[in-house]
Amino acid sequence: MKPGHGEVLLAEGDPRVREEEERLVEEFRRQLDEGMWAAVPTTHPGSGRREARMVKSYADIPPDAERVIFFPRASGG
Amino acid sequence: MLLALLVLALIAIVLATPIVVRSVVRWRNRRAARTTAAGPLDLDLYDPGRERRAEQRARELLRSCVNAEEWAMYRDLGFIRVAGRHVRRESDRAGGPAYAYLVYPHKPIVAYVPGSGQLLSEYCVEFPDLAGGGARGRLPASDDVLAKWMALTSDEDRVIRRANMHLVGRQLDPARLRRDLWRLAEWERRRQRWREVPQSRR
Repeated sequence: MKPGHGEVLLAEGDPRVREEEERLVEEFRRQLDEGMWAAVPTTHPGSGRREARMVKSYADIPPDAERVIFFPRASGG
Repeated sequence: MLLALLVLALIAIVLATPIVVRSVVRWRNRRAARTTAAGPLDLDLYDPGRERRAEQRARELLRSCVNAEEWAMYRDLGFIRVAGRHVRRESDRAGGPAYAYLVYPHKPIVAYVPGSGQLLSEYCVEFPDLAGGGARGRLPASDDVLAKWMALTSDEDRVIRRANMHLVGRQLDPARLRRDLWRLAEWERRRQRWREVPQSRR
């Protein structure tokens, strides 16, 4: 999510392909270095409830995640 | 006489040629400079459709992340309810949440007690443009709701710690919040009735 623009596609690829995964890792780190938060929308296995899972490193991303959403970190308004 | 006029015209053309050539060259250079410096797409003009398109994309993204009930709530009422995670006793987990949040776009998050409708507090939180985008540097409304939803459902404590907490009434009108809670209750009653109607009668 980019202020003033909304959703912007940063990178896409298949993490099983090495070159593509490197590109995804690089973009992931770049976004976190810029101070963004990263979250993966998930579905709770028991209740089926939708929720988000904050990820702080690339390794935290669930293997079956289809996307990671970056958004500016929260601050007191 | 005619010959003299022709000679004068010829002299005038010869004298004027360098001036005309210099003017044409200057005009061409100016035009080339304008074209290379800023193409029609590079002009920093206000695009009134950009925010609308961004909001449309944001709504689609929000819809793809939250569940069907939350999306319908946002579409119909303009806010989303997110259940609080903490409980006073373990036995409370079986029932509904002890407290919940109302998430509005670009307004504070409001905590309340679902059972009684008691308003607890306002949490002022924003997701500012880290690059300093100024007035245009804020998330579209639906992205703001999604950011709050993601922050609350993934790490409620962190977002609440970062927010500025105030008593209800600082930014939001308590009467309007109570009306929204009433609207929410009515909305849920309508949905419940609709669910109870057999498929064949819809």
